[in-house]
Amino acid sequence: MVAIDKRFGSVQANRRASLEVPRGEIHALVGENGAGKSTLMRILGGLMKPDAGTVEVNGRNVTGWSTQDAIRAGIGVVHQHFMLVPPLTVAENVVLGKEPHRGPAFDRARALREVADLEQRTGLVVGGERRVADLSVGEAQRVEILKTLYRGAEILVLDEPTAVLSPPEVRDLWNVLRTVRDQGGTIILITHRLDEVMDLSEAITVMRAGETVARLKTGETTAAGIAHAMVGRAVALTEAVGFLPEEQTTAELEAAGKAAPAPSAGHASATLSVRDLVVVGARGTNAVDGVSFEIAPGEILGVAGVEGNGQTELVEAIAGLRNVRGGSITLAGTDLTHASVDRRRAAGLAHVPEDRHRRGLILDYTVADNLILGSQQRFSGRGSLDENRIRSYADALTREFDIRPPDPALAARLFSGGNQQKVVIAREMGGDFSVLLASQPTRGVDVGAIEFIHRRLREARDAGKSILLVSAELNEVLALADRVAVMYRGRIVAILPARHADPEVIGEYMIGAREPTAA
Amino acid sequence: MSSELRTRLEESLIPPLVALLVALVIGDLLILLFGQSPSTVYRMLLEGALGNPYGFAQVIYKTTTLTFAGLAVAFALRAGLFNIGGESQIAAGAFGAAVAGLMLPAGTPWILAIPLCLFAAATFGGAVGWVPGVLRTKFGAHEVIVTIMLNFIVLALLNWIVTSHLHVAETVHTPDIRAGTVAPLSSFFSAFHGSAANLTILFALAAAAWMWWYLFRTRRGYELRAVGLQPDAAEYGGINVGGVWIRAMTISGMIAGLGGTNFVLGYKHYYEEGFVGGAGFLGIAIALVGRNHPVGVVIAAFFFAVLSQGGLAIHAFVPKQMVEVLQGAVILAVAVSVPAVRAALIRSRRVPAS
Repeated sequence: MVAIDKRFGSVQANRRASLEVPRGEIHALVGENGAGKSTLMRILGGLMKPDAGTVEVNGRNVTGWSTQDAIRAGIGVVHQHFMLVPPLTVAENVVLGKEPHRGPAFDRARALREVADLEQRTGLVVGGERRVADLSVGEAQRVEILKTLYRGAEILVLDEPTAVLSPPEVRDLWNVLRTVRDQGGTIILITHRLDEVMDLSEAITVMRAGETVARLKTGETTAAGIAHAMVGRAVALTEAVGFLPEEQTTAELEAAGKAAPAPSAGHASATLSVRDLVVVGARGTNAVDGVSFEIAPGEILGVAGVEGNGQTELVEAIAGLRNVRGGSITLAGTDLTHASVDRRRAAGLAHVPEDRHRRGLILDYTVADNLILGSQQRFSGRGSLDENRIRSYADALTREFDIRPPDPALAARLFSGGNQQKVVIAREMGGDFSVLLASQPTRGVDVGAIEFIHRRLREARDAGKSILLVSAELNEVLALADRVAVMYRGRIVAILPARHADPEVIGEYMIGAREPTAA
Repeated sequence: MSSELRTRLEESLIPPLVALLVALVIGDLLILLFGQSPSTVYRMLLEGALGNPYGFAQVIYKTTTLTFAGLAVAFALRAGLFNIGGESQIAAGAFGAAVAGLMLPAGTPWILAIPLCLFAAATFGGAVGWVPGVLRTKFGAHEVIVTIMLNFIVLALLNWIVTSHLHVAETVHTPDIRAGTVAPLSSFFSAFHGSAANLTILFALAAAAWMWWYLFRTRRGYELRAVGLQPDAAEYGGINVGGVWIRAMTISGMIAGLGGTNFVLGYKHYYEEGFVGGAGFLGIAIALVGRNHPVGVVIAAFFFAVLSQGGLAIHAFVPKQMVEVLQGAVILAVAVSVPAVRAALIRSRRVPAS
């Protein structure tokens, strides 16, 4: 793949990105969230066409091909989210789309035999007659890989394959991938985890802001070297792109005068306390498994961790969007464990959700209507909405939070990602609150908006608010938090003061390489 | 602000007009297929529907029922629910109005009788709408399945009650109601003599106005639309999604139920088996063409009423079913071209990122 360009609206997802992988190699594609890895792979798999650049497979120019072309040419993509039919058996899933048949009838015996052969050859043993619904996550993933191999895939793309696996399952997967490679297969592995890269790959391509910035031989580099290339400079992680060190911001604030808003009277300050919280996740397991912490007024508690380790469930349970199986949630002494979303808001809880398109905004509503979501009761007298009050409130927030274009009568859908996020921030932080849950508050927004959002979070903290900050970006957590809690497999494995936190140590906690030091 | 208004007008008017044009072209081809001249057939259709007082009055009558049917579907759709039960909700409402009219003593003043009959119609229709709302909220049963099944159950039940307990001998209808009749338009305009048109059209327009106010000016309407657009965001905003579903289906059923009064209170003055005749289903098309907006629904109901009434005038030249084909063409054209044209309009003026 040479000099690939791809834009989405105002976002340049790929900028002259190039990737070259020789046959029979395990190649790691690394980069931070939003660096453009997935877009590049979607272009390879035929899901998208590039704006510019060329794609060649085995010397043949295949730029802009379709998914069918890609599959026929031996490209198999194993997605992060499985695409299996749960009520069918393993063999039926594997042969789906290329079923062996005798006349018009499905040849079950041959399907079973062929899948068993394939399992033997690759060492990916699952059992052809088992139902996919009964499989563990690791086994389901094996079925996905079997499926691509059955279709004759020679180039295998795996998107974050270990995000959902336990350590023994990861080891098994490595063995399988090495076997596939030894039989002449080519593997492209997308991952955030540098330990995996060092472990498995032979070569590495690093992406940053849509560009492929480095191509390294794994044997000639170190994890630190890769991290350097990912972030772009060899500085402390807190100074990474877009994340201002705290001192500078405070100085800016002082220069600007009394910028921090006075704490509002209603919910000036309160302690959020979570005790032994247990929350059931999508797969019926405990996604949050006995988590306890306390956030004092004027404190930011950052939660670090690889995505999918219970952070989403933790925040949603505190916000009242998920049922709690055990433990308690109290805010300023009031028990909110089973309270409604409304009651929690009334008690002073604000929430910036991680997914602004699904939860945070009603995209077809105007910005003004979005700004009153959750407090619509306050903006209606005797049942009908008070249009004038809503309008002036929206105008004020639009100005204060610098939402551009400054017209709250426009639909939220029309705004850029950064300004959409400002709408969410304005709604949650422009009102009266004592505790803020900020989940991925800067995901997918531009650098200017990141700085703005970070400044608001610090100002809120300085005004005595308690803030729970969850971010997939360790840099962000370290730049903002007073204390850092590390989540791994639904538990908090360590709580450290951020000022003295060593990213290396936190990274080890994040991947479970260190024994827990906190309950 | 005025540019915003223009934008919104463009977005709501241009797509249906394009759809109408597409449908007319399809109609042209069909008429040519029957060896007739499209301009003649269309002129006859319009003259039959709008060119004489009787035809126009019949259009008003049909518009009335279709407006209620369309509003009912549109109301539920605003909450993200598909109410396919209009047919049985209209029948239940009509039955409720008839029962109330039969139970009231003859000579009850209209100021008392009509509201009571309307109340009964809304209650019966609302009850039929409430059931799928509750089943969806409590058990996750899909409202499409439940409303379709309820059509069979409710219509069969009503037919059984009427034919076994309430019918006039040798007929499939109830006796005439004793109170609660709504005046025909012919008592104000003698030219409408002989038509079914009656003052229920005013209730239909009032229902459309109420629905607009409810959806766009009240907190409950704000919450209902939020649930329809993005249930996850509504839940995040503290809105009780299940409660909104039940309320939306109940009110939708009430609106449909009121549609039944056009026949019972305004026209025949009795309940008759099978009188709905597909109006409930046509309501789905009307909501679609009217883009779930009360004003759009009224316009679309009028449009379909013209097609239906005009269809009677042209079947000397082309088969009457031609009109049904044309209705189908309109629905398909709207379903296909409205989203496409609308997307193109929005793309053409996306706000530049700043």
